Parts: sequence; C-alpha cells; structure tokens
Amino acid sequence: MSSPAGTLEATRETGQGPSGGGRWSYFFERDRVLGPLMLSPAILYLVLVVGYPLLLAFFYAFSDVTVGSNKFDFVGLKTFKAAISDPTFKTALAHSFEITVISQVLVVVLCTILAFVLAADFHGKWFLRFLVLLPWTTPVALGAIIWLWMVDSIFTPFDWFAAKLGVIPDGGHLVLLGHAGTAMGTVIAVQTWRMLPLATVIVLAGLSSIPRDVEEQAQVDGAGFWRRLFSIQLPLLAPVILVAILFGVVFTFTDMAVIFILTGGGPGTATQVLPSWAFYKGINGGNLSVGAADALFMFPVLLGLSAVVLKLAHRIGGE
Amino acid sequence: MAIVQTQELRKEFGHNTAVDGINLKTEEGEYLVLLGPSGCGKTTLLRLLAGLEQPTGGDVLIGGEVVTRLPPRARKIAMVFQSYALYPHKTVRKNITFPLAAAGVPKDEWHSKVDWASDVLGIGRLLDRKPRQLSGGERQRVALARALVREPQVFLFDEPLSNLDAKLRTTARDELKEFQKRMGVTTVYVTHDQVEAMGLGDRVAVLNNGQIQQLGTPEDVYVDPANTFVATFVGAPPMNLLHVRDEVIGFRPENLLPLETVGEREGQMVCEFEITRVENLGSDRYVYGSIPKLDPEARVIAKLPSTLDVPVSPGARERYAVDGSKLRWFHRDTGQRVEPPPSGLPQGADR
Repeated sequence: MSSPAGTLEATRETGQGPSGGGRWSYFFERDRVLGPLMLSPAILYLVLVVGYPLLLAFFYAFSDVTVGSNKFDFVGLKTFKAAISDPTFKTALAHSFEITVISQVLVVVLCTILAFVLAADFHGKWFLRFLVLLPWTTPVALGAIIWLWMVDSIFTPFDWFAAKLGVIPDGGHLVLLGHAGTAMGTVIAVQTWRMLPLATVIVLAGLSSIPRDVEEQAQVDGAGFWRRLFSIQLPLLAPVILVAILFGVVFTFTDMAVIFILTGGGPGTATQVLPSWAFYKGINGGNLSVGAADALFMFPVLLGLSAVVLKLAHRIGGE
Repeated sequence: MAIVQTQELRKEFGHNTAVDGINLKTEEGEYLVLLGPSGCGKTTLLRLLAGLEQPTGGDVLIGGEVVTRLPPRARKIAMVFQSYALYPHKTVRKNITFPLAAAGVPKDEWHSKVDWASDVLGIGRLLDRKPRQLSGGERQRVALARALVREPQVFLFDEPLSNLDAKLRTTARDELKEFQKRMGVTTVYVTHDQVEAMGLGDRVAVLNNGQIQQLGTPEDVYVDPANTFVATFVGAPPMNLLHVRDEVIGFRPENLLPLETVGEREGQMVCEFEITRVENLGSDRYVYGSIPKLDPEARVIAKLPSTLDVPVSPGARERYAVDGSKLRWFHRDTGQRVEPPPSGLPQGADR
C-alpha cells in the first residue's frame, strides 16, 4: 500500500519529477483537483442546458409574460389557475398518462420476450440485434414522419390488410389518424415502437448478467420454462426492467414530436398531450407563462416517479 | 439410490472432443470421484450426466433407465455447482423449497422436509437469511440442503469445495464425506484436487483428454498407476520418472530414502543421489536432485519424513535406495504400465 507514496517521495527528494520537480508537478493528480476538474464539463452542461431553462420555466410560470409584450410581472399562482381551468389541459394530462402507461406496459412485455429471443444462440443474431436497435438510432422526428406516411389516409398499406381481414370493404379506407380511437392507438403504437429497442437492450444486458449456474441449477432442481421465468429470471431481472420503465416513462411522457408530427393533437383534442399542449399554448399561442405552467405539471410527476423507481431498484438490487 | 452408467459417451464442441467414448459404471451408493486437470472433460462428463449438455454419441443410464434424451428435471438428480448457485433473491428457506415446488410436492409437506434437511446440515438458524448474508461454508450447506430435499437418486458435485479457503476446505471435506455416508446416495464428484479425490472417493476415475486413464480405489491409483499420466498427476510431489534405456521407471518420492536409514537389503535399487536443494516443510523434507547414473536429465524428489533424523545438505552425493517392490515400469513411448524385467531392477543401478 505504501509503495506508490514511497516512490513519490523518492522522486521528490531526487528532484527528478517529470515536470522538473516542485510541489506543483503532481497538481492535477490530486483527488481534490482532478475530481472537480473531470466533473466540471458535466456540471456545466447540466447547469446551462437543463438548469437554466428549468429555472426560466419556473420564472415564466409565476409571471404573466407573453411573446407579444415586454411586460413581466409576478402574478403568483394565477397562471396555474388559468392553465388548470382550460378543459383541454385535463384532457391532455389524461392522454399523457394513458399513452405512457399503455405503451410502457406493451414495451415491458415485448422487450422481455424480445430480450429472451435475442439472448438465444442462432445464426444472424448480431444482424437481428442491429435491426432491433435501429428505431432507437433514428431521430424521433424522422421516425414519426415515416409512420405518418405509413398511416397515410389514402396510401397506407394497413388498408390492404384490413380489407383482406374483412374489417373494411375492398377499396375502403381506415383513415387511422382521422378517428379518435385509431389515432390514439397509432400514437401508442409508435411510442411503443420507439421505446422498445432501448428497453430490449437494457433487459438483454440484465439477462446476460444472470449467472448461468443459477439458471442451470433451476433446471436441475426440476423447474420447467415457466417456473424458471417467473420465479428465477423475472425476479432477478426486476431491477433492470424498472430502469427500462423509468427511461421509457420519462421519454414517452415528455415527448411531443410524435404527436406534433402525426396528429397535431387531433382529431380535435383526441391525442393532445401535456408537452404538445404546452408547446401549442406557449410557443404557437404566444402565451409563454401558461405554456410554462402547463409544462411544469410534468415536473413533479417525473421527479416522483424517478425517486420511486430508483429507490425500488436500489432495494431489489441490494438483496 | 441408483447406479449411474455411461456407454461410449462422447461430446464434441466443434472440433474439440471433450468426452471421448467414456464407459463408466458406479456402484449402488458409491462415492465416485472424477479427477483430472482442467480441460480434461470431467465437468463436461458431469454435465452430460446432469442433462445440461446433450451428448454427441453414446448413452447415459440412471437406475438402469436410458435418460440420454431426458431434460435435467426428469432425471431425479441433484447437482451442487462450484458457485453453489443459490437463488440470490430468495431466502434460504425458499431456496430449499424451490425444488419441492418444482416437483409439485404438496405445500403442507414442505415444512417437515425443510426442517429435516436443515437439521441434517445444521442450518436451522439461517433459514430466513438471504444468500449474500452467508459465509462460504454456510452457502455450501444450504446448497446441499437444497439438493437433499428432493431425495434424489444421484448427487452430482462440481468442485464444491474449491470456493472455500484452505482451512474450511478440510472440515467441509470431512462433513461432505460424513453426509454422503449417512445418506448413502450414489454420488459423482468432480475435482481437480487429488487430495479431495483420495480423501473422498470410494473409487477414483482419473481423466485426461476426455478419456478415463484409470478407474480404481484411491490406493490403486496411487500405488499402481496405469500409466505415466496417472503416476505424475496423482501424488504430491509426483512420482519420479526416470528414462533408463528402453523403459521408464517410476517410484514415489517417499520410497527414495537414504541407504543408511533403511539398511542394505536384497532387491533394493541403490544409487548415487546428487542433492541440489532441500525444502523443509515441517512434517516432511523434500530433497531435490538427480540420479546421474540412471537418468541425468530427470529431476528427482525424495520425501523424507521429519522423523528421519539424517543430515541432508545441498551439493552432497549420498547413497539412496528404493525397494524393488516399489518400482513401477512404464513403456517408453505409450507411457502404459509394463511388466518389470526378471531381475526387478533397472540395469545400471548399483545393485
């Protein structure tokens, strides 16, 4: 233990430090210097790109600022009252939860199945893994535009499938984005499609961290597939699945690009969600303060959720 | 309780042959140890018995029944892994009841079975702990208890002592032997540690290159090795092997003794032993050197018990003797045991 320090002393005494000796030669190697130095880019990034806008949002939410004037007064909770009293706000809030919960349930089920498939040994495994990961590497906006074409009211291939299945007459149209129910379904499907790759990779990593011995022990102990899945693998995967859910919820709950591109919140307000509503209200409508207040309603939800999931993951991981 | 048998069992991984046509048959309630260096195929053989690997050829029989194509859970075996593979998220009690649940044992019988198994292994006070709160020795006992509750036909052990520290290993070995004796269940035990093999096994199968080199009692394997591999793998320090003309002669280090202590007798091989180094291990002294007249190349070790009070100094040339009955003869090329020459002594020895 004492040898590195000993070497250091010896070097100092002979005055043959790499930078000519002296007390400053190892300045950057000190924990108190190196630590903050290495952390500073991350902290700077967080402060400028996350902290500053967040603070600004708080300022705006308690004020009467709009795009059109340079008036700036603090009005207390008045903005929040205005935001809540708008009937669309409640609809948007409900939709946000609906889309997030349903898509995440689908993601958890599908990503677990997919992870098990991808963990198996077969030819072309790496190519399939690459394909599965592709949606995640695509920018949200591009993905949403592709889906916009896919569900186009006239040219969508889904019409053909629906006609073959007898859901609509030949030559008929589903107009997926034209009805409240199907529009919502489409949005949920796209959000699921978008979050599935990340969740799969997370669960796959968790799956490969389960010791092979433990799985084989379960086989020798007489457990069949389902018993191994529900009493061994899923409990051991629970912490990573929670992490996948955390990421999924945060990304889905705060996303407005899919709504903005696919439905614009419509038809009517059928797919309006909190982020898109805040955007329409604050940026398009010019009412910065109400937009900020709308957006801030996401903050406690996400904060609380993060705390709960991290705590849960910590508890399970610790056992 | 059942007999485990393999017939021409083979396992290939790509171009590698891990198990090369093994025929093996345990006896009822026997403690059979598979001993070999790492990569000799002993663990693969055990996994084939367990059903965790599918053989490339041949059959596995348990209790006279061909189980080659049956999954592990249908084989009525219990296996203890090197890591013990306790379920980390379950308490000790739940670990032990897991095989019962899997076997569909009614819940009201669980309690008595857990009590019985934890009594046998003395882990009653650990039942509500999680595996991470247990020491290595305790984990081993939990793994044994979990193996025990299923009342298996066969126990399979994969180096269960190698994760314990040296001191604990000795007591754990003792407990393991005691445990098996009491249960009387046929046991196949894999190890690379010859001390474990000699101490635990009713019989020892020495494996190398996927083949059984010798199958016999620990004494057989030690005293009468079938070939030079067994001769050098079993025993620490290994058997001395000297290339003398067309043959290889071998003798155990403890049989090479100073002539003055054994006295001159008929049928001895007496030779000049050139001592280069002496290690004092407390209970024994290892004397390193060579016998230039027989095989100047070979390094020879003599193991002198500390009760033998003779001065040994490096650089000296002393007259040492090996009793002719302790000499073993091997074929120079194949390494297999051969008959000794009529004289019973190598040519060129002093007598």
